[in-house]
Amino acid sequence: MKLNVNGVSHDVEADPATPLLYVLRNDLKLNGAKFGCGLGQCGACTVMVDGQAIFSCLTPAMLVEGRQVKTVEGLGTIDEPGPMQTAFIEEQAAQCGYCIAGMMMRAQALLEAKPDAGDADIRQALEPNLCRCGTHMRILRAVARARDLMRSKSASMPAAAGRAS
Amino acid sequence: MNAPDFPDLSRRGFLVGTGALLVSFTVPALAQQAAPAAPAPAPAPAKTSPLPGSLADTPSLDAWIRVDADGSITVFTGKAELGQGTKTSLRQIAAEELEVEPAAIRLITADTALTPNEGYTAGSQTIQNSGTAIRFASAQVRQILVAKASDKLGVPVDQLKAQDGKIVGPNGASAGYGELVAADFLHVDAAADTRLKAPETYHAIGKPFARVDIPAKVTGGEAFVQDMRLPGMVHARVVRPPSYSAKLTGFEEAAVKAMPGVVAVIHDGDFLAVVAKQEFQAVKAMRAMAVTAKWQERAALPDQDQIPPFLEKSVAEIGTVTSVGADSAPGAKTLEAQFTRAYQMHGSIGPSSAVAMVDNGLTTVWTHTQGVYPDRKAIAEMLGVLPEKVRCIHTEGSGCYGHNGADDAAADAALIAQALPGTPVRVQWMRGQEHLWEPYGPAMLTKASATLDADGNIVNWHYDLWSNNHGTRPGSAGSLIAGRLMARHFPPDPAKLQISPLGNGDRNAIPLYDVPNQRVNWHFVADMPVRVSALRGLGAYCNVFSIESFMDELALAANADRVEYRLRHLKDPRAKKVIEVAAEKFGWSNDPMPEGRGRGLAFAKYKNHAAYLAIALEADVDRDSGAIVLSHVVCAVDCGEAVAPDSIVNQTEGGILQSLSWTLYEAVHFNDTRILSPDWSAYPILRFSAVPDSVAVHVVDNPGSPYLGVAEAAQGPTAGAIANAFRHATGKRIHDLPYTRERVKAVLGV
Amino acid sequence: MKRFWMSVVVIVVVLGAGFFAYAWKPAIDPVEPPQRSSFDQSLIEKGAVLASVGNCTSCHTRPGDKSFAGGLAVPTPFGTIYSTNITPDPETGIGRWSQTAFTRAMREGVDRAGNHLYPAFPYDHFTLVSDEDNSALYAYLMTRQPVTKRPPANELPFPLNVRLVLAGWKLLFFDRGAYQNIASESAEWNRGAYLVNGLGHCGACHTPRNMLGAEKKGSHLAGGEAEGWTAFALDANSPAPVPWTRDSLFDYLRQGWHTDHGVANGPMGEVTGNLGRLADADISAMATYVASQMGEPSPQRTAKAQEIRTKLSADAGAVPIPVSASASAETPAGRGAVIFQAACATCHDGSRLPPFGGIDFHLSSAVNAPGPQNVINTVLFGLPAASGRQSAVMPGFAATLRDEQVTDLLAYLREAFAGQPAWPDAADRLTATRNGKYQVSVRPSDGIERGPDNVGAQDK
Ligand code: FES
Ligand code: FES
Repeated sequence: MKLNVNGVSHDVEADPATPLLYVLRNDLKLNGAKFGCGLGQCGACTVMVDGQAIFSCLTPAMLVEGRQVKTVEGLGTIDEPGPMQTAFIEEQAAQCGYCIAGMMMRAQALLEAKPDAGDADIRQALEPNLCRCGTHMRILRAVARARDLMRSKSASMPAAAGRAS
Repeated sequence: MNAPDFPDLSRRGFLVGTGALLVSFTVPALAQQAAPAAPAPAPAPAKTSPLPGSLADTPSLDAWIRVDADGSITVFTGKAELGQGTKTSLRQIAAEELEVEPAAIRLITADTALTPNEGYTAGSQTIQNSGTAIRFASAQVRQILVAKASDKLGVPVDQLKAQDGKIVGPNGASAGYGELVAADFLHVDAAADTRLKAPETYHAIGKPFARVDIPAKVTGGEAFVQDMRLPGMVHARVVRPPSYSAKLTGFEEAAVKAMPGVVAVIHDGDFLAVVAKQEFQAVKAMRAMAVTAKWQERAALPDQDQIPPFLEKSVAEIGTVTSVGADSAPGAKTLEAQFTRAYQMHGSIGPSSAVAMVDNGLTTVWTHTQGVYPDRKAIAEMLGVLPEKVRCIHTEGSGCYGHNGADDAAADAALIAQALPGTPVRVQWMRGQEHLWEPYGPAMLTKASATLDADGNIVNWHYDLWSNNHGTRPGSAGSLIAGRLMARHFPPDPAKLQISPLGNGDRNAIPLYDVPNQRVNWHFVADMPVRVSALRGLGAYCNVFSIESFMDELALAANADRVEYRLRHLKDPRAKKVIEVAAEKFGWSNDPMPEGRGRGLAFAKYKNHAAYLAIALEADVDRDSGAIVLSHVVCAVDCGEAVAPDSIVNQTEGGILQSLSWTLYEAVHFNDTRILSPDWSAYPILRFSAVPDSVAVHVVDNPGSPYLGVAEAAQGPTAGAIANAFRHATGKRIHDLPYTRERVKAVLGV
Repeated sequence: MKRFWMSVVVIVVVLGAGFFAYAWKPAIDPVEPPQRSSFDQSLIEKGAVLASVGNCTSCHTRPGDKSFAGGLAVPTPFGTIYSTNITPDPETGIGRWSQTAFTRAMREGVDRAGNHLYPAFPYDHFTLVSDEDNSALYAYLMTRQPVTKRPPANELPFPLNVRLVLAGWKLLFFDRGAYQNIASESAEWNRGAYLVNGLGHCGACHTPRNMLGAEKKGSHLAGGEAEGWTAFALDANSPAPVPWTRDSLFDYLRQGWHTDHGVANGPMGEVTGNLGRLADADISAMATYVASQMGEPSPQRTAKAQEIRTKLSADAGAVPIPVSASASAETPAGRGAVIFQAACATCHDGSRLPPFGGIDFHLSSAVNAPGPQNVINTVLFGLPAASGRQSAVMPGFAATLRDEQVTDLLAYLREAFAGQPAWPDAADRLTATRNGKYQVSVRPSDGIERGPDNVGAQDK
């Protein structure tokens, strides 16, 4: 299978029916997407495919061949965090942090589709994702902050916006 | 975070190592201090021992701090990072007394080969115990360094001070920590008196430091045990029985063994597991095995709609939690009420996981347990080896909120790994396994009765609670699922009624309110048909819910303002303070509100010796849909000296939202044989659409005063405040947790 | 010649005047909003139950808002109609309506001021409601929490925005009058008919409609449409692979799901949830009536049902791989089989019990139905989780599956589980559903009334 993840294309030796989540975590060694329920109920495994948020735990890898997969690793690095990551760090929006990458990817998909998403849009978009630590208030603040960062970035330097989206 | 970073660093390693400064106390006679006998509501245990915090149990400084010849500082804690920001807070504390930046401190957390035994990371005691120990140890090391520098530089001690990893004196005299420890001695007796820095000189404590673990967690760094990838690692999945007491009557090993990638099928009594090269192969093998496995089940669970009677008839023993003054007192009015709480889940978002490897006789387990030492003991017993043959290394997991599946997953991994020596084995539970097998927070029944005098003041208070033990942690092998399932069938530890100042089912059962005559009893239920253990707050959640609901009823009976009524019954100024702050920031008043809207307040001093916390909130009740919507929540918390204020706020916000979810939605469902809540469909929790508009947490700082545990302090008061806002909005009281829509509709009628 | 024209004019005028006389309805005087004390509590409680049968809250509550405050957009083929505020708010609600005005609205579809109401408010059914029940409903609604809120104006083209037109519509399609018992049928049957055809207005979704949006005479419960979902036939043409029985209908209406039929989805989730307040006796009356409309299943259907049962017990939780589906990537069904195995089987292999586990598609009415719409809706949008409520949850695959992958999957489902050829119109309907030409309401299937926290719904 050929998979394009975070702009890099990979040849993967795996049963095409393997859920994308396991391919990302084990074959590509990406930690971002987490196993939470494997049932589409919690969003811990959320990644983006062609700009839309999906549950990687229930998405057979074969379905995303030839499409653009993006994980939290694709939003920036620890030394050069992207706007979404910067926002979560600045808001200290994590407790255990297990749900966070999934939250960020769903939020990223929202903001790429709707750069001026309002607070109500953000709440509604995040509905499929669960957080058990109760970090919700900070997550909401962080996503709103990411929205503003992306706006100002895309206003000032389009290049950065390009990376962010 | 990953243990393999420092395999060489062992205790022996630096006992013989030269150039390391080692300071040791002589162990005082009273190393172990037992819990004071009931009923006395004793002060915090820390105060009862001559050495502060965990130093009481582990007095030698070298167990806590190591300074190397290159000046690098390593701090050891027996506590674990559970998402509460400990790694950051403890660095701040050590850095404060050692006069370096927190970033300069290397922190090593719970590892049976390296760190002190601090029991469990639980009960919000990390900062209180480990923090205190590290604080004093660090201060002591600083003093010793100053003394060494004084000899080396020939400058009197009082002219020297520690600064950025150096001891500096007048006209440029200075010596780095490294140079000082290079001196040729290995032991220094500790000075008896250790002076701590004065709050006004702090550079680290109470200052905002970004949590060290967050950047990795938002960029896909390896942050959790679930993320560990050791060379040659294989993936295991357990196949659990359909119910607690089910017995395995048959399964098709060959068919499953033949599946692609499967390297082993583990079968030991009723314990079944599959191991495969790739994770999804293991999942598929597990599913296939689940289909072929046949079980014999037995109806052994109580009627979930009759829990109070079940608890009442299963009482094994009655313990006195407190008994003050007379048994009764004359008064104008006596009120009574009964409250209940359902079995509730930890429900970590990431199912429990562990990695284990057997390497010539030593079983190493990377686990998100709350207690590496007790877990090691239980696992060793299960494997039939000496504790020294097991090493447990704490590695972060998904948020735990108490005793969840961590120890059991560690045991699963350890047991499975025995079949594959030299191969690292990674186990992760499936969602259903976590939901069905984790030990739940016990169901509870409480009954309160109080007598008011003519002025409405409380003159007599009786409170009885019915509950299981809230702590069935390892323990012994019988506390582990694998231990119970395997052919040797280790029996669960017998449940014992234990009444201590820490509290268990009786945590916060004694009201902080000032009442001359009090009787509080725990009707101890030993029988545990539903697996239970410690869930964040233990009994405090239901006890504070009950007491605070009842206090509102008393205030109403006394026609008093509900805030004034509480203040009136409190002596402790810090208790009053948090209530006043919460009420004031919330804008407490008795102005009428629109129909269906109400305000509520609740307060507790966690465990009666930890953080003071008050919550005021506003709720809207839609009587036709039964929905309760919280608009804004205001909280005031005093946990002594605030080491890391933002992490206090973060944990408190989290506690409030988690308790909101417990309080409005959560109850484990079961029939007479099986648990019926295998996933988030059947056991729904808070989603974003029900998150309040605002949650404001105000930290009442007390620089210089002792640390008080805070992580669990919000659970009870949140439930109380919701209950009281509901009562205020509707004129009706719901006595049973959770406040489901069905209950709301039933109570309000049409 | 002149005389002729005169008479034509006269006739036209007379007819016009006659129609106007028929069409014109007087306003009914406003009243002071009645006090709760003016109603008997038992009457209010009776009204609550009836309101739940009428499913009032679903149309008159916007997700996230207060119950009965209205403002929910109801898409119709003619334009968008916004539900009204039926709380007793004097200005924006029905606070100033008298009992007479309320009963007239139910019986004749005319508001207090005398305006004709759009049949989106199903007075063609509510007209059957008895006076006693109307006074109970009135008592219930007048004792709700008043909410001040004006719904947006309806979005209808001329001439439909002229309410007088509705009088013509009524003239053509509306039979006014309370329910009359049918002597030849049992009391239970009559009770069921009264609830199903009256307040329950099942036909509003389950009966096909004509060009002008009226239920087709002679096609009672023959299958219709609701908010983008197919409302299956409740007569002899029911697509249920295992025929409905009085008992399975009872269980389904009572709990919102049934082992042989799965979970109530789309708008039906609300209906079953609302019936929660209804007494078993009434539910069973409804079941009895609907069962009588379906009649005895044909021997073939019964035989087929038996086959399915045997097969399911044989599979015992294993994923059924039908013989007919060659797993070759050459045929659509073959490609669909691979997708099914990878994406659907985990939940739909029967290993997790209903209502929370996925249904085995041998039992699915949707897969066996003449049209693909409900399967398309479910594959694309899934079942959103209900907030803080137990509910079946299924992820939507809209973002994951490309169009041809969806049609392949549908082809497989049809062949493997219904033993029938692919739906010919699958591709077109898929496109229309994806690009929003065909609008679908997605709701949590938590089997509850549309409560204020059900933000999972997308009412577009
Ligand atoms: S892990 Fe994919 S939704 Fe929970
Ligand atoms: S931060 Fe722990 S689950 Fe969200």
